[in-house]
Amino acid sequence: MYLALLLRETYRTSAGVVANPMWLYVIRRILLAAPIAIGVTVICFALIYLAPGDPIQSLLPPEATQADVAYLKQVYGFDKPLPVQYLKWVSRATVGDFGTSIQTNRPVLGEVRRALSHTLIISIGAALLAFPLAIALGTLAAFYIGRPPDRIATMASVVGISVPNYWLGIVLIIVFAVELGVLPASGMGPQGSDDFSLTQWAQLKYAVLPVLTTALVPLGIIMRSTRAAMADVLSQDFIQTLRAKGLGQGAVVRHALRNALPQVLAVMGLQFGYLVGGSILTETIFNWPGTGFLMNKAILTRDIPMLQGALLVLALSFVSINLAVDLLQTAVDPRVKRG
Amino acid sequence: MSLATATPDIIPATAAPRRRGYWRALWHKLRYDYVTLFFLTIIVLIFAAAIFAPLVAPFDPNKTSMVYRLKPIGYRHFFLGTDELGRDMLSRLIYGGRMSLMMGFVPVVIATCVGGFFGVVAGFTGGWVNMLIMRIMDVFYAFPSVLLAVAISGTLGGGVGNGLIALTLVFIPPLCRVAEAATTQIRTRDFVEAARASGASNLSIIFFHILRNIVAPVLVYASSLISVSILLASGLSFLGLGVEPPTADWGLMLSTLRQSIYVQPLICAMPGAAIFIASLSFNLVSDGLRQAMDVRA
Repeated sequence: MYLALLLRETYRTSAGVVANPMWLYVIRRILLAAPIAIGVTVICFALIYLAPGDPIQSLLPPEATQADVAYLKQVYGFDKPLPVQYLKWVSRATVGDFGTSIQTNRPVLGEVRRALSHTLIISIGAALLAFPLAIALGTLAAFYIGRPPDRIATMASVVGISVPNYWLGIVLIIVFAVELGVLPASGMGPQGSDDFSLTQWAQLKYAVLPVLTTALVPLGIIMRSTRAAMADVLSQDFIQTLRAKGLGQGAVVRHALRNALPQVLAVMGLQFGYLVGGSILTETIFNWPGTGFLMNKAILTRDIPMLQGALLVLALSFVSINLAVDLLQTAVDPRVKRG
Repeated sequence: MSLATATPDIIPATAAPRRRGYWRALWHKLRYDYVTLFFLTIIVLIFAAAIFAPLVAPFDPNKTSMVYRLKPIGYRHFFLGTDELGRDMLSRLIYGGRMSLMMGFVPVVIATCVGGFFGVVAGFTGGWVNMLIMRIMDVFYAFPSVLLAVAISGTLGGGVGNGLIALTLVFIPPLCRVAEAATTQIRTRDFVEAARASGASNLSIIFFHILRNIVAPVLVYASSLISVSILLASGLSFLGLGVEPPTADWGLMLSTLRQSIYVQPLICAMPGAAIFIASLSFNLVSDGLRQAMDVRA
């Protein structure tokens, strides 16, 4: 009953006015995201059945004894029907029990959490570098549409989108680590990840090449959408009115950006999600001990619980990032309908 | 490597039902787009080299040699040098193109058929069928494309076949979305209404009115996925999934040559450059096609 009320787009206040407050929209969006989150858990659960062979085998090291197999069968309830198994798995996952890594014998959640914090260093660094630069270049391109600055910026963004970032990483290593020797080639500091600090250059320099490598793709994509959105806004009548009123170039840019940015915001959110979730290739190249690196290791060692846990955490954070951006976009842009 | 799709207004409001000579008109537009033509030529050349690899390649791509390991560009008769097992780089790059093109095209073609089918069904039927299909697709959208591809082929295990399955699964949802959005827009047009009024069956409406009008947006979108597919496939091989050694594949070559960056940096960068050129060409041709077909994205 209450659920039905919440899912309705508007409701009548006691005064008889149709209202659609923000808090109601927030709750509704969260409710709509829930089925997707459930679907994500189903896919992650299905992974162990995708893996060739008996699921028990994929959960245990090859040297496991017969007793281990029987024990695990009972613990995981593999003898029960699939829906029951799924519910058991989900209920354990919701309290943070993602199982134990086959390789390290430690709880999956702790490992994934540590790795995620390392991934975020790179993702946030790349976002801080790429997003403002992309908006600036995209705006520049939109102002000079069809002219050389636009041509150059557009070409650069296509290059950014087309370049395989795992190759870019290798090229950067060749240039800065092998030839010039100014930056370290891989790893997360001389003492490993535990000593990493953002304030000391001796450690921070390990993050420079990974950040540069990951920043290029979002740079190209956001530049493209900023250019398109800005070009759209700049062709509208009110811009001409602003110019006719005698506003300077800077003020016109400000007005146009205010109109174009909410659209770009959606793309930025998606790109940030990709930065966090799609880090596997760059992290493998730079031996950066983040979630992608963890997943790669899990695949190589066929550590299915680890793979499953990392995938679930990454996908759920991707869903939450998208949800957050969606809400943010509605909050900053009154034109977006709270539908 | 994003799969961002634009759903609103894919069909320009002015799009008339198909005129005769649509493809010819398209070619007339493309003829004066020199950037697109240039990169189309590169694609044709890569294709030709891949198809006629046994005739074009100077050496056997799998013939190893202990003596000629990691030789520089232009060393004796090795035009582009040799790799870490003494195999001729040029020949391996030519043969590698076969794998990369296949991995670029096959998943996109299959996904276009499957995703397009579900998209048309969802868009044409509407109601709960639409709801069901599109919500299932939304779940796959909850995974970044790289992550989904790696997770699927990672659990299935390496090999070309599993790589193809993973990539196809990654591309079905976005294509389904594009087809669904286009179909939903076309379905409410007057000419569909008119066809229905004059007694056309659902099937013939789909074939004669819907399909022909959604071809442009779906094709343009699919063409933009080819470069993504090449990048992802090479990425999978790079991680040790997908293509297995000793088969020549650009991603795999990049991965095995990585150990030698201190010895022959230039040679190690070559397979990646090949991936880059192919992906750039497909992207630019797709952009040109989008402009010529007048599809908003």
